[in-house]
Amino acid sequence: MAVISPPPAAGRAAPPRRRSGGRRWVGWGFVAPFLVVFALVFLAPIAYSVYLSLFREQLIGGNHFVGIDNYRQAFQDHEFWSGITRVGLFLVIQVPIMLGIALLVALALDSGRLYGRNFFRISIFLPYAVPAVVATLMWGFMYGKQFGLVANINDHFDVTLPDPLSPDLILASIGNIVTWEFVGYNMLIFYAALRVIPQSLYEAAAIDGAGQWRIVGAIKLPAIRGALVIATIFSVIGSFQLFNEPSILKSLAPNAITTYFTPNLYTYSLSFSGQQHNYAATVAIVMGIVTMIVAYIVQLRGMRKEV
Amino acid sequence: MTSELAPAAGTPTAAGPSRAYPVLRTARLPRRRKAHGRPRRSVLLTALTSLVVIYTLVPLAWLFINACKTQPRLLSSFGLWFSGDFALWDNITETFTYNDHIFVRWLLNTLLYVVVGAGGATFLAVLGGYGLAKFNFTGKRAVFALIIGAVAVPGAALAVPTFLMFSKMGLTDTPWAVIIPSLISPFGLYLMWVFASEAIPDELLEAARVDGSGELRTFFRISLPLLAPGIVTVLLFTMVATWNNYFLPLIMIKNPDWYPLTLGINSWNAQARTVGGEPVFNLVITGSLLTIVPLIVAFLLLQRYWQSGLSAGSVKE
Repeated sequence: MAVISPPPAAGRAAPPRRRSGGRRWVGWGFVAPFLVVFALVFLAPIAYSVYLSLFREQLIGGNHFVGIDNYRQAFQDHEFWSGITRVGLFLVIQVPIMLGIALLVALALDSGRLYGRNFFRISIFLPYAVPAVVATLMWGFMYGKQFGLVANINDHFDVTLPDPLSPDLILASIGNIVTWEFVGYNMLIFYAALRVIPQSLYEAAAIDGAGQWRIVGAIKLPAIRGALVIATIFSVIGSFQLFNEPSILKSLAPNAITTYFTPNLYTYSLSFSGQQHNYAATVAIVMGIVTMIVAYIVQLRGMRKEV
Repeated sequence: MTSELAPAAGTPTAAGPSRAYPVLRTARLPRRRKAHGRPRRSVLLTALTSLVVIYTLVPLAWLFINACKTQPRLLSSFGLWFSGDFALWDNITETFTYNDHIFVRWLLNTLLYVVVGAGGATFLAVLGGYGLAKFNFTGKRAVFALIIGAVAVPGAALAVPTFLMFSKMGLTDTPWAVIIPSLISPFGLYLMWVFASEAIPDELLEAARVDGSGELRTFFRISLPLLAPGIVTVLLFTMVATWNNYFLPLIMIKNPDWYPLTLGINSWNAQARTVGGEPVFNLVITGSLLTIVPLIVAFLLLQRYWQSGLSAGSVKE
C-alpha cells in the first residue's frame, strides 16, 4: 500500500522541514487509497455522463453520436426549467430562514446567558440524526387531514386550516421539513466557529465599553464569516439537489408533486421510468453546472461583502 | 478566512468547510469572559430559545406518542396525547415479526452498510487527510483542487451515471452498489486534513524519523492516537450519512432483501397507501422510531467522547 521510505541514515538525517527524495512519495502512498476509490465513484461517473450526453439511442441503428443535440433539448425543456425555478424560489426563501434561526440560536448559546445550555445544544441538533425518510413521513403524517395534527386542530377548534399538502402550500411544507432537519446542524457549525474567537478580542471590547449587540456586530459576525459562507454554500447545493422530501411526500400528495417537481426528481423519472439515460445524464450535467455557478457566486459575494 | 484556524503554514488554504472541526471540542472549553465573571443568565433569552427546542422536539414527541397506539386508535385520537391501550411493546414485537422478520433483515443490512461504508470512508479520509497535511509531494495542489471541486458536484447528479456504470459491472442489486459510493467523503477528508495539520506537530514526526521509525509505524503508533477526536467526528458524520442514505439505495437496490431501513419503511408506507394494501401505519411509525433510536444513542455517547478533553487542536490565543 504505502511506500515506506528508508529511515535517513544516521548523521545524514535531512534537516527538518525539508522534505525531499524518498519522502516525496510517502505522501502519495497515504493519499492513494482515497484517490483510487475517488476515481471510481466520482471521476468515472462524470466522464461517463459527458459521454452519455453526447449520444442518443435511436430506434434504428442504435447508439448515435448527436453532438450537442441533447443540450439543445435541455435548454428548451420547460419541465426542466420549471424545476430549476422551483428550487431557486425554494432556496431564496428557505435558506435565509434556516440559517437565520441557526445563527440566532448559536449566538444565544455562545452568550452564556442560557439556563441549560447543553440541553439546548443537543436537542436542537437531534433532528440531524433523523433520516430524511423518517422526517418526511413524520411531518407528512402530521400535515395529514386524515389523522394528522392538522385534522386534529380542525376538528377540535372547528376551523379549516389551509391544507399543507395542497399544490399551493407543498413547497412551503417541504421547506419546513428541510429547515427542521438541518437547523441544528448549521447551528453547530456556527457555534463551533464562535467558540474559537480569541478571548483577547472580548477583553479589548470590554475595555472600550462595547455593549452586547456591539460585540455581536463588530466581533462575532465578522469572525464567523467563513462559517456563514460555507453553510450558505452547502445549503444552496442541498436545495438544488432536493429529492428525498418531495419524492417521499409524493405518496401522500400525489396531486401536488409532479414527476418534474425538482431537477433531481426529473432526472430520476427520466432515467428510471422513461429509460432516457442519455437525456437524463445531460440534465444532470446542466444541473451540476448551474449548481456550481451559483455556489461560486455565493462564495465570491460572501468573501467580499461585509456581513 | 480568518487566520485563527487556518491550516498550518505550508498547506494551501481554500474555501473548504472551514473550521467545522471545532465541533470536536464543544463544551470542553473553559468558559470565557473570566474577566467579568459569569454572564448573568437571562430568562427571556432562555424562553425564546425554548421556542426553537419545542419546534425540534414536538415531531419526535409525536412519533413516540403515536408508536404507543394501536392502528385503529392512531386514526381516531388526538395526535399529541396518548390514547387507548399502551401498545408500544406490541407494536415493536409486530414490527420485528411482520412479514417474516423482514425488519430485522433491513436492520442488519443497514448495519452492514454503516460498518463497512462509514468505517471504510473514515479510514480512507484519515489516511488521505494525514498524507495531505503532513507531507509535501508533487501534485499535491492538483489533488486538493480536484477534491474541493468534487465537493461542489451535486452527489445526485452522479447517481444515474454511477448506476449505469455499476449495472454494466454487474454490481447493482448487491450490497457493493451501496457500499462503494459511500466510501468517499470529501468533507471527511477535508476535516481530517485540517485536523491533522493542527494536531500533529511536525517536530514529533521528525523526532520519530530521526529515531529510525518507518512512516507507517509512525502513523499507527504516534499520529493515530493524536487524531482520535477528529476520527470520531468524521466517523459520526459518515455514519449519519450512510445510516440515513435513501437516494443511493433507492436507485441501486431493487430486491427488498437488500433494503436498508429507510427504503424498507418507505415501502411499508407505500403499501399502506395502495388500494387493497394492508394499512400498517402503526408499523411505519414504530419502525421509524426504532430507526432513529440507535443514532440518537450513538450521538449522545460519542458526544461524551468528544468531550473527553483530548488536547488536540486546542484554541490558540
